[in-house]
Amino acid sequence: MSTRLFGEPVRRREDRRLLTGQGRYVDDLGPDALAAAFVRSPHAHARIRDIDVSAALDVEGLVAVYTWEDLPDRVGRPLPLLIPHPALTHGRTAYPLARDVVRHVGEPVVMVVAADRYLAEDACALIHVDYEPLKPVVGLEEAAHGARLVHDDVPGNVGARLLQEVPGHDGRSARKAIEEAPHTLAFRLDIERSASMPLEGRGVHARWDGTDLRVHSSTQTSTSVRMAVAAALGLPLPHVEVIAPDVGGGFGVKIVHPWPEEILVPWAAMTLGREVKWTEDRREHFISSAHERAQVQYVRVGFDDDGRVLGLDVTILHDHGAYTPYGIIVPIITSTQLLGPYKIGAYRVEFSSIYTNTVQVTPYRGAGRPQGVFCMERTMDKIARHLGKDRTEVRRANFIEPDEFPYDQGMIFQDGRPLIYDSGDYPRMLAMLKELIGWDAFERRPGRGIGVGCYVEGTGVGPYEGGHVQVTSDGRVHVSTGLTSQGQGHETAFAQIAATELGVPIERISVVTGDTRRFGYAVGTFASRAAVVSGNAIALACRKVRAKALRIAADALEADPADLEITDGTVHVVGTPSASIPLATVAVLANPLRYAFDEEAARATQFAGASSPDRPPVAEGDEPGLEGRDYYSPIRSTFAAGMHAAIVETDPLTAEVRVVRYAVIHDCGRLVNPMIVEGQIHGGVAQGVGGALYERMVYDGDGQLLNASFMDFLMPYATEIPRIETGHLETPSPLNPLGVKGAGEAGVIPVSAVIASAVEDAEGFPVDRMPISPSELFDLRRRHAGD
Amino acid sequence: MEHEITLVVNGTARRARVPGRRLLSDCLRHDLGLTGTHVGCEHGVCGCCTVLLDGEPVRSCLTLAVTVDGREITTVEGLAGPEGLSPVQRAFEECHALQCGFCTPGFLCTVTALLRDNPAPAEDEVLEGISGNLCRCTGYQNIVKAVHRAAELLAEERQPSTGEAP
Repeated sequence: MSTRLFGEPVRRREDRRLLTGQGRYVDDLGPDALAAAFVRSPHAHARIRDIDVSAALDVEGLVAVYTWEDLPDRVGRPLPLLIPHPALTHGRTAYPLARDVVRHVGEPVVMVVAADRYLAEDACALIHVDYEPLKPVVGLEEAAHGARLVHDDVPGNVGARLLQEVPGHDGRSARKAIEEAPHTLAFRLDIERSASMPLEGRGVHARWDGTDLRVHSSTQTSTSVRMAVAAALGLPLPHVEVIAPDVGGGFGVKIVHPWPEEILVPWAAMTLGREVKWTEDRREHFISSAHERAQVQYVRVGFDDDGRVLGLDVTILHDHGAYTPYGIIVPIITSTQLLGPYKIGAYRVEFSSIYTNTVQVTPYRGAGRPQGVFCMERTMDKIARHLGKDRTEVRRANFIEPDEFPYDQGMIFQDGRPLIYDSGDYPRMLAMLKELIGWDAFERRPGRGIGVGCYVEGTGVGPYEGGHVQVTSDGRVHVSTGLTSQGQGHETAFAQIAATELGVPIERISVVTGDTRRFGYAVGTFASRAAVVSGNAIALACRKVRAKALRIAADALEADPADLEITDGTVHVVGTPSASIPLATVAVLANPLRYAFDEEAARATQFAGASSPDRPPVAEGDEPGLEGRDYYSPIRSTFAAGMHAAIVETDPLTAEVRVVRYAVIHDCGRLVNPMIVEGQIHGGVAQGVGGALYERMVYDGDGQLLNASFMDFLMPYATEIPRIETGHLETPSPLNPLGVKGAGEAGVIPVSAVIASAVEDAEGFPVDRMPISPSELFDLRRRHAGD
Repeated sequence: MEHEITLVVNGTARRARVPGRRLLSDCLRHDLGLTGTHVGCEHGVCGCCTVLLDGEPVRSCLTLAVTVDGREITTVEGLAGPEGLSPVQRAFEECHALQCGFCTPGFLCTVTALLRDNPAPAEDEVLEGISGNLCRCTGYQNIVKAVHRAAELLAEERQPSTGEAP
C-alpha cells in the first residue's frame, strides 16, 4: 500500500480509544488521589479581613487547608507575567491564593485537600472568609474613565497603551489622509465577551515519589508548565515531568499557565506525600479561568470614489479583566490582523488595555482576530453602502494582488517580527466564494440577506518546535513532539507526514505529543501552529533518519545511497527490488551490540561482521540507533486566509436570526489531511455562530457573572448550526519545507462580521454590536422604524 | 451513611458502597472505574454524561446512584460487541464525527437509543435527537452525517447483503 499519505483524508488514529471509553483525560487518572477544592471569592472586589477555617477542621476525610499565608515564599509569589512587552507598563498577575485583595468573583482564596471531592467541598462550605467589599470596576468605558481602580497602583486602570502608525505611500499620516479624502465615515463598534468553553475543564493531577514529580495537566503547553512548576517549587528540571494526556478541548484557554492549581496541586502532593488531583467544575471554569473578545472600537476611515481606503484610524478599548498573565497579545493581534487581505493607504491604530474586576482575558480561538476582522469588514460594508456599491466590489478594490507577495504591512506582529504576508490569492478566493454562495444571483428581500467577510490569519508563529523520530529494531517508528493535542488529530496528521517522508506504512508509526518524558523542548499549541511548526520539525527529523538509513543500507547492500529508496518499510536499490533490506534490520545494524537479545539483534554483535574492523563500530560524528531529532524555527509567521459568506433569514415577528446557508473558502497552504482541516473549519464556524448570535458573558454592576452555567450561557446545539459548505484553495507557503500554513482557528475568525453583514442586508440598518440577540434586533428595528 | 447497591453495568452485576448523595456519574467513574462516561457540566445540559438506563438515555450527573439500585446501565464501554465497534461507533469513526472525544460517549449512547427507536430518522429527527448534547469541536455537521451513516450500517446488519445489486 502507498505510504504517500500527505494530503490524504486518512481516518484518525486516536478515534478507536476515544470511541470505546478508553481515552485518558486528567480526571480519569489517580483513582486513589486526594481531591482538592477551592474556596473562591464571591465578591468582584474586596479586601480580605480574616479567614476562619476552624469549622472545616472537623469534616471527616479532611487532609489539609491552605491559605496564602501557608504557602512558602516561592509558591506564594505572584504568578508569572508570561509575555512581557514594553507597552505593558502596568502588568499585574494574581497570587496563587489571594493575598489581601480579591479582584474578581471566582479568585481562589483557600485550597482544601480531602479524601474525595464531596468532602473537600463540604469543608469549603464551612470556611468563613471575612471580606470588606469594595466597589468594583465593571464595564469597559467605566473602567477607562478611571474613577475607581482595580489595582491601587495602576492609574486610570490602563495596563498598556500601544500606538502603531503606518504612513501611506505618499508619506501622509492616516489622520491627514482621512482629512483630505473625498469621503469619510466615523462610527463605533462593540464586541462582547465570550469564552473558549471546552467541554472538559481544566484539571491537574500530581504524584511525588520523594525525588521526582509527575504532573498531568489538561494544558496546551506541557513543556512550559514543567518549567513554571520546577521554578515555583524549586525543583531541578530533570526531576519534573509534565504530561498533557487526552485533553477535552482547549481553544486557547488552556495555553495560560501556570494556573494557580498547576502550582498548588503539585505543591500539596509534595507536602503531603500523597497523590493529589483537582478537577475544575463548570462553574469554576466560568468564573476562574479566562474569557475573551470584549472590545469597543472607534473607527474613522477616508476613501475614494472606488471605495479604496486612503486612511484608517482605529482606537480600541480592550477589556483584559483583572490580571494580565498573557500580556497584551490579544489586542496586538486585533490591531495588526485588522488589516486582513487589504492594502490600505495609511493606518493608525491605538489600543488601551484596561483592567476591570472581571475574569482575566486571554486568547480564545481567533485570539483578537475576530474583533479586528469585525472592524475591517464592517468598515468595508459601510464604504459600500455609502457609495452604493456592491460589497464584494469594494473589497476587491482594496485587495493585495497575487503578484505583490511577499507583502509587507509595515507593522510589528505578535511574534515581534514584521507583518509580512508570505503568499495568497485573494481575488481568486473571492471569485470562488461568490460562485459557491451564488452572490450575483442572490435575491434580496426584507428579512432575507447575504453577507460576506474576509480575513488573513497569521499562523505558525515561532519560536520553534522539535520532532524526534526513532526506528526500533521491530521496524516500528516512534515519533514525538513536545506540543500538545486537544482533539486536532495530531497523532494522525504527524503520522501521515512521517509515513510520507520515511516510506513506512502508517500502521507501524505511533505519535506522542505533549509528554515531556518523550520531548522536552517545545512551545505549545496555539496560533494554528502545530502543522506548521511541529509538522515541519517532524518532516526534517524524518529526513535525517532517512539519510542515515540509506547510508547504513548502502553499506550493507554495497550500493550507492543515491540509488536507494524506501518503500513499504524496506530499503531497496531502485530497479532491483531483490537487493533490499528491511528498515527493521537497518535499525539493528545502526546500533552495534555486544549482547544479542534475539536473532535479529545477533546481526549487530561483534562477531557477526556487522562493521569493518578498521574503524570504530560507531563512527566519529555518528550516534548509535536509527533515530533523528530536528527543529523547525520559522523566520516569521505564515499567513493563511479565508472568505466566508452567509445567507440569513430574520423572523419578522420574533426577530430570530436563522442562518440558511454558510459558505467558506479557505486557504491554509498545502493540506496534510483535508478531512481534519474540514473538521477544524466546521468547529470554528460553529463557535463563530455561537459568538455572533448566542454567547456572551453577562456581568451585572456588582461584577457578578449572571450566566455562569450552560443553562444561561447559550452554546449552540446541532439545531443552531447551519450546514457549512466549503471549498479549498492551496497557495503553498514559501517559508517552510512542507508549504503548510495552519487551520486551527480559521473557521471562527470572520463569522461575527459575516452574520452582521447579512443581518444588516436583511434589515436595512447598520449592525454595529455583536452578538445580536432577537431582543436586540427587535430593539434595533424599533429604533430604525422611522428611517 | 453509606448504601450497598448493585448495578448491572454493561451486562455485569457490580456492587458498590456509596453515600446517598453520590451521583451516578461519579459512581461509574470513581467507584466502578468506568471513566469513559464524562462529566462536562454537572447540571444536566451538556449531555457528556449520558448513559443508557434500562435502554433509555439519562443524564448520569442528575441521577443519584442509590436511585438506580438493581437497574441495567450501558456505558460507552459497553457499546462495542465481541466483533468490534458497534455500527454507531464505526459511523462516528468513518465520518470524523469526533475531535477531542470528550462529548463522544454521550453522543454515542444518545444515538444508539435514537436509532433503536427510529431506525431511519429524517434530517430534522436527527437534529432533534441529538439536540440535548453539546459538542464544542465538530460543529455537529459530521455528527449528523454519522447518525445517517450509522442508520445505514444498522440496516445492512439487519438485512445481510445477498451480494446482489438491489
